[in-house]
Amino acid sequence: MSRRDAAPVDAGRRRFLSVSLAAGGALLVGVRLARAQEIEPELLGEDLTAVGPFVRIERDNRVVIGARGCEIGQGVMTSLPMLIAEELDVDWSQVLVVQLPYGYADTDKGPSNRYGDQGAGGSTSIPNGWKDLRQAGATARWLLLQAAAAEWKIAADSLRTEAGEVIAPDGRTLSYGALARSAASLSLPDKPVPLKSPAQYRIIGQPIRTADARAIVTGRSQYGIDAWAANALVAVIARCPHLDGTLDSFDDTETRKVAGVRDVVAIPGPKPDAPFDGVLAAGVAVLATNTWSALKGREALKIGWKPGPWTKESTTALAARAHELLDNDEDGLEVRADGDFAKARKQARLVVEARYEMPFLAHATMEPPGALIEINQDRARLVASLQDPDGASELISRMTGLPRKAIEIRMTRAGGGFGRRLRNDFVAEAVVIAKEAGKPVKLMWTREDDLQHDFYRPFGVHAMAATLDRKKQVTGWSHRVAATPLGYRNDAAAKRPAWSGTIGADDFPAGLVANLDKRFFALESGLPRGPWRAPVHTFQAFAIQCFIDEIAVATKQDALALRLDLLGEPRQIPYEGHGGPVFDTGRMANVLKIAAEKIGWGARRSDGHGLGLACHFTFGGYAAHAFEVSVEGNDLIIHRVVCVADIGRVINPLGAQAQMMGGTIDAISTALNLAVTVKEGQVQQKNFPDYPLLRMAHAPRNVEVTLVESDADPSGAGEIGVPGAAPALANAVHAATTVRVRKLPLMPELLKRL
Amino acid sequence: MIRAGACAAAEIAENRMSQSENAAPAPAKRAPAQPPAPLALSINDKPYYHEGDPQMPLLWFLRDTLRLTGTKYGCGVGACGACTVLVDGKATRSCMLPMQAAAGHSVTTIEGLETDALHPVQQAWIEEDVAQCGYCQAGQILAAVDLLKRRPKPGEDDISAITNLCRCGTYPRIRKAILRAAALAQGQGK
Repeated sequence: MSRRDAAPVDAGRRRFLSVSLAAGGALLVGVRLARAQEIEPELLGEDLTAVGPFVRIERDNRVVIGARGCEIGQGVMTSLPMLIAEELDVDWSQVLVVQLPYGYADTDKGPSNRYGDQGAGGSTSIPNGWKDLRQAGATARWLLLQAAAAEWKIAADSLRTEAGEVIAPDGRTLSYGALARSAASLSLPDKPVPLKSPAQYRIIGQPIRTADARAIVTGRSQYGIDAWAANALVAVIARCPHLDGTLDSFDDTETRKVAGVRDVVAIPGPKPDAPFDGVLAAGVAVLATNTWSALKGREALKIGWKPGPWTKESTTALAARAHELLDNDEDGLEVRADGDFAKARKQARLVVEARYEMPFLAHATMEPPGALIEINQDRARLVASLQDPDGASELISRMTGLPRKAIEIRMTRAGGGFGRRLRNDFVAEAVVIAKEAGKPVKLMWTREDDLQHDFYRPFGVHAMAATLDRKKQVTGWSHRVAATPLGYRNDAAAKRPAWSGTIGADDFPAGLVANLDKRFFALESGLPRGPWRAPVHTFQAFAIQCFIDEIAVATKQDALALRLDLLGEPRQIPYEGHGGPVFDTGRMANVLKIAAEKIGWGARRSDGHGLGLACHFTFGGYAAHAFEVSVEGNDLIIHRVVCVADIGRVINPLGAQAQMMGGTIDAISTALNLAVTVKEGQVQQKNFPDYPLLRMAHAPRNVEVTLVESDADPSGAGEIGVPGAAPALANAVHAATTVRVRKLPLMPELLKRL
Repeated sequence: MIRAGACAAAEIAENRMSQSENAAPAPAKRAPAQPPAPLALSINDKPYYHEGDPQMPLLWFLRDTLRLTGTKYGCGVGACGACTVLVDGKATRSCMLPMQAAAGHSVTTIEGLETDALHPVQQAWIEEDVAQCGYCQAGQILAAVDLLKRRPKPGEDDISAITNLCRCGTYPRIRKAILRAAALAQGQGK
């Protein structure tokens, strides 16, 4: 094992040292030695040795780097500081990473953030950090060089740096620690400073372990749910189980008798038909001195609900309506039309058609939503697991009337995100309750609350049609989707086209087939919707990539060759969606070919195992999946899973591999068994027994991940591992069994038809 | 950490401390004013007493009373294993274990696993870089500690018997970490 491999373990150990030494300084008094990760992070910007907003260098040469992102498991606590450390030119073993708080600042130009973009969504953390955090590290290094130049009275450009030291032409050295105080007092450069060339990288591209792994494995890592405030009360909410239902009446007599219960507060639901700009459902909150009392108090409530307008909604009816819309082909919204698909259809030698049904999905983050909030006369403080701290800040300001600079947000490690925390409904609920109670409130969601009151991944049916000529060439492609639009009661999403979130105008095979027709049909549903990990891509890739397989089977072509034919010569074609501005057919073909080779595509098999392939472009990255499966009795056995990704330059291979592995397993887990269904206007799933995430026994023992070497600017890694996995799995199932599953989740369908 | 003014309820002052003030998990009140008799149990080798609702699950005593927050809530119905602790060395879902049933037993939480040095399972978890969001990992680690105690050289099927959920999909690295921990423990004679 390389020294660098061992570094994060050292960094964890150093944390204790760092704090015990620093505890002599006035600013750190009161911080417990054994809770090193609880260093007040704002110290980072106030210490005399702070070199820019992200870096503090101690006199003994230890380097504290602030991690600005929302860590939801995608690894930004490690990868973003790596970008800074690289350009700062320090040894990773010198580095101590701390989580930064939300960095709101008022400026002449309006609201700003002293740390830049802190949200987690759309796999943007790394691409954004690539732009500004390397510069932040390089700027800190520049300041240290100026300080050394002044000390030695020689020109700064004659100096070089290495592993936390400035080195003079004659070999003299000064440690960063010795220079930090004078560097911190210098003015920033008036233009961007030059960055390293990739050949000089010592940290970027190295496998670096999770910076705060030691805190995680010892239980000291702080999540939103772990926050507490003296005098706070725990709140749980009995929410209306009917979609858009309201509170009619309630009796809290028995609740108030429960030991520990302190208060009961009615929560007005969202206004009918208005955007969900705050709370998601009407309810009754029980406040108690501890979670157990609050839960018992909630159980003792007697509540009468008014069921609201969606009592007839059911998933079955929604599916029937989707097929009806697609059958009649009326009122479809044009997403993209190239050439003349109708004409291609008339002239076709063969038309292949298929429909694919995608269920509603819940996010089911292991840590349910929740928030700790304290609202005073002139200040508010929030501690929560977030993905959108900007949104939380705006929301609290709007709900309390406090200016945003008076709202402090402490970001914690989050027990998963997957898009759930892009909405801050749980923050809004905590604000409503805290204002009523006049006390700090720690809002807790149970798993039942979470599964029943989510912003769900949309439901929909994809109707695919392809036209082929005599040479089995695809001449036309029609992709029509009937789905529940993301923009339902969501102002921000409603500003985008209704189809966004369920079909991508420029996604495969747009630009590759002469006659293309993409259409959207809106399904009405009262279920709140939201983005779910690689949102539009997980939703559409299953249909697109299974359908290519179906075309290959129908025309007796090789499924790999057909995909490669469609991709054609390596070239860049325009892609206006997120992850653009171009889609590179060569990079897509490359990952596909590698995945096919790794799984042994094309070799004759006699063992009854089936192989399946799929590929997808997501947020600037390219990934292909390949599966080898067999079905024995009622068991689907996944023998091998291959995931090949080209995400440009890889910042942290260990982290990126984890994302591909995890994304693939998340996709398998979801595709096999997960669905949220509605009956009589109520979500039917309540807890993990009826929303069965994959367990160890059924997960593949390994995901064989290959990251393609690339000099392209990095894309994010958190989402691209997901979209291709489900269709590759379904294609492999077909190869093994000849059963074509066109409705997810896969297992119940497969078992019906075996 | 959020810090507010004076505490409203005496029990909050005595049993609850904000994270930043909480120097060490303090025992709950040792001298009860009146029956029912307090329930005594050992947590991470220290004696504790609980005099509230005997039906309160151990999970909430750990998290809310003692502020030992390494043990996580995930489902409340024993399905996910995020709340796993060791009770007399056996992996147990603390969300389903009433204090009444925990009384008289010896509980180890993730905070108590490290003694002089990291436990081999913790060490292996770091070396294999298992955690993504990390939320389920305390439970996974304690389930692995229990497994390795029963089967010092576990096979793949033994590992498959761990039913703790991970939403991030870290299972393959959990497998590798358990095998590494087994090797580490053997090397250390544990």
